[in-house]
Amino acid sequence: MPLLSVRDLQVDFTTRNGRITAVNGIGFDVEPGQITAIIGESGSGKSVACYSLLGLLPTPPASIERGSAVFDGRDLLQMSERELREIRGRDIAMIFQDPMTCLNPYMTVGNQLVEPLIYHRKVTRAQARERALELLAEVGLRDPQATIDQYPHQFSGGMRQRVMIAMALINEPRLLIADEPTTALDVTIQAQILELIAELQRKRNIGVIFISHDLSVVADIADEIVVMEKGHVVERGDRQAIFQAAEHPYTQKLLAAIPAGSKPPADAAREDLIQVRNLCTWFSQGRGAEPLRAVDDVSFTVQRGEVLGLVGESGSGKSTIGRSLLRLVPVTSGEVLFDGTDVTGLAGAGLKQMRRRMQMIFQDPYASLNPRMSVYDTLAEPLLLHGIATRKTVEQGVLQLMDDVGLARAFVRKYPHEFSGGQRQRIAIGRALATRPEFVVADEPVSALDVTIQAQILELMLELGREYGLTMLFVSHDLAVVRHIADRILVLYKGRVVEQGTGDALFNAPKEDYTRQLLQAIPGRGLL
Amino acid sequence: MWRFIAGRLLQAIPVILAVITVTFFLVRVAPGGPFDSEKAVIPEVKAALEAQYRLDLPLGQQYFAYLQDLARGELGPSFKYPGRSVNELIAAGLPATAELGAYALLVAVVLGGLAGVVASLKPNSAQDYIPMSVAMIGICMPTFLLGPLLVLLFGIHLEWLPVAGWGDIPGDKILPSLTLGAAYAAYIARLSRAGMLEVMSQDYIRTARAKGLPEWQVVTRHALRGGLIPVVAFLGPAFAGLLAGSFVVETIFQIPGLGRFYVQAAFNRDYTMILGTTVFLSTLIVLFNLLSDILAAWLNPRLRAQYGEA
Repeated sequence: MPLLSVRDLQVDFTTRNGRITAVNGIGFDVEPGQITAIIGESGSGKSVACYSLLGLLPTPPASIERGSAVFDGRDLLQMSERELREIRGRDIAMIFQDPMTCLNPYMTVGNQLVEPLIYHRKVTRAQARERALELLAEVGLRDPQATIDQYPHQFSGGMRQRVMIAMALINEPRLLIADEPTTALDVTIQAQILELIAELQRKRNIGVIFISHDLSVVADIADEIVVMEKGHVVERGDRQAIFQAAEHPYTQKLLAAIPAGSKPPADAAREDLIQVRNLCTWFSQGRGAEPLRAVDDVSFTVQRGEVLGLVGESGSGKSTIGRSLLRLVPVTSGEVLFDGTDVTGLAGAGLKQMRRRMQMIFQDPYASLNPRMSVYDTLAEPLLLHGIATRKTVEQGVLQLMDDVGLARAFVRKYPHEFSGGQRQRIAIGRALATRPEFVVADEPVSALDVTIQAQILELMLELGREYGLTMLFVSHDLAVVRHIADRILVLYKGRVVEQGTGDALFNAPKEDYTRQLLQAIPGRGLL
Repeated sequence: MWRFIAGRLLQAIPVILAVITVTFFLVRVAPGGPFDSEKAVIPEVKAALEAQYRLDLPLGQQYFAYLQDLARGELGPSFKYPGRSVNELIAAGLPATAELGAYALLVAVVLGGLAGVVASLKPNSAQDYIPMSVAMIGICMPTFLLGPLLVLLFGIHLEWLPVAGWGDIPGDKILPSLTLGAAYAAYIARLSRAGMLEVMSQDYIRTARAKGLPEWQVVTRHALRGGLIPVVAFLGPAFAGLLAGSFVVETIFQIPGLGRFYVQAAFNRDYTMILGTTVFLSTLIVLFNLLSDILAAWLNPRLRAQYGEA
């Protein structure tokens, strides 16, 4: 008998523009001791479906129209708030996407951890703390005794997610709902967390619902896969069936979006556009403390028209290199020659001139666009600032950019919040290309996006790179993504270059342990 | 943390010095002097008086002499109350004003905080609109209107509370505290509502709900702390406003407080009294701003870590 059996679930939202059916008559089962993955892009209704089971959706605007969700012989959807609360956190626990925002910043992790235990099991504080320490050790936190009384901001993203997992498991639930638990993490950390979830699940023999936008993430762990599109379940099957014999076109699209393969090798050698020699960027950590050597004696060149990939985990210095090249952070020592000119010494008009030729695309298109400027204003600003267009020609220039990045001209007066994540990243790319730069630093431009959107944006960047004759530094934590777009790849670890080569060379014959580790971390590598 | 406090105290010195300097010269520039009055004073007497209070010295010398006295904690003799020093006068007026300010702050925090939190729990419902409308009225209504209205209603019409005085009849402290605190209660209500609404939409509130905690525990354990940080940060400036506003309330209710001395001193051109009260109040305001910053840091572990390093 399944642990959870959802049938014919429909969830509507009342919005200003009328009623929207977010989840439209879906059904799935979760067996005890098995992982059921629900896969779909943002807006497909996968999270809404799971939140509605636990009464975690605000009603209104949401309303559960029909359906049943039988857990342990009782229908969750018919329970009172009080009965549901008894089950939440005790029998069914949740892990959320962003470990940075899901822990209370004002409480120590220990106090947050023991809360569900004390509330549901009526144990003493001391007993709860004892149990919390055991669990923290089990989820792999170093030195729980010392860290249990720290605040969330003192932990890294991966460690916070481990705390979240410990918190979810503290009452030994029978069902765990994990909502994109690794999406906000680096690939290497993601691999560790996936392994941890799978291991804890086997050991406890619990049922898991794993929600993700990325099929490759669940490739190694899911027993059953449910694919959702626009509120409907379009395909269901075991892992084998989905990965080897997907029938629905949407599932096939999701599979195709998984970055695979590498870019064909570039033609003949070209001249160097950028030469970086012994670049060091150190950050002061306060008086007397050793400076943080974010970038430590790094040298490389970028050829004209080339896409150079920079790969490494958080803290490897990959973003700092990009920022140093553009002089967005002060360089400690070393040279950055751009077309023969040392950028590190530039100031005033010379720097402004150089900035026009070098641009940046940021990771988070939500944060990097000014919410109070329309697309038109965002794109017109660099055109006017650098004298590329005059008042008369600026409209034409803006519309041209809209065409280039694949946005409908009709959207030109809209504001960033009216766009989806992928569309916003298109705006950000348009903004970067407005000055007709020769060199672009793309800092994790696709890691905040769904896989399907990610594939589209990568395609767009490759296309525009050719069209504009761009030289690009592509920064990412994800080796599979970089391999897809870059001609050559530098692997960074703790501020130093540990290995470099073409994508194929790194994939087929990695020389360094660290590169091997990164390769190991790529989700679903066995299937590709 | 101690470094942070010491740093802030050091920063306060130039601020207070600037306040002294500006006030010192401004009161001298204002027309009229302490010994001008409708009755003609014999020139010799006036000269003698001015010599006694060092008013015959060049302005620069007077300024430095004042600073020297100040360094010893001496605020100088009052011009209008012969034989009494400004220190004594402040000490006489302070207890009533401090008590009034404290009660008003209490009214503001308790009433305002409560109203804001209650309103935030059901946004855009009657539970939200009613307290927020009252708060809007509270912000709009000046003290000199609210005070007499309250007196009219509770003092004269209903005869529940005394209409004036301070510490003479039981209950005579209620109306002044309400009058002074009302506008701040209204402001705090709006601040705490906004703060709570922001916090209640955070992901970690969803986490708390997913743990199965009942809603009141979600609010008290998880939301309140973060939601009230803006209120705590406002307490420093609010205290400054309360001191400044206490004059009106002290006048309406016949309270022998500092505010009345202060304003009378300005009318009388009582230079030392004006200066002394200004120095005293600005020091208090700086201290209270520091206090509210420390409190905000104590509530926010992230900020605490920052100050700990600084």
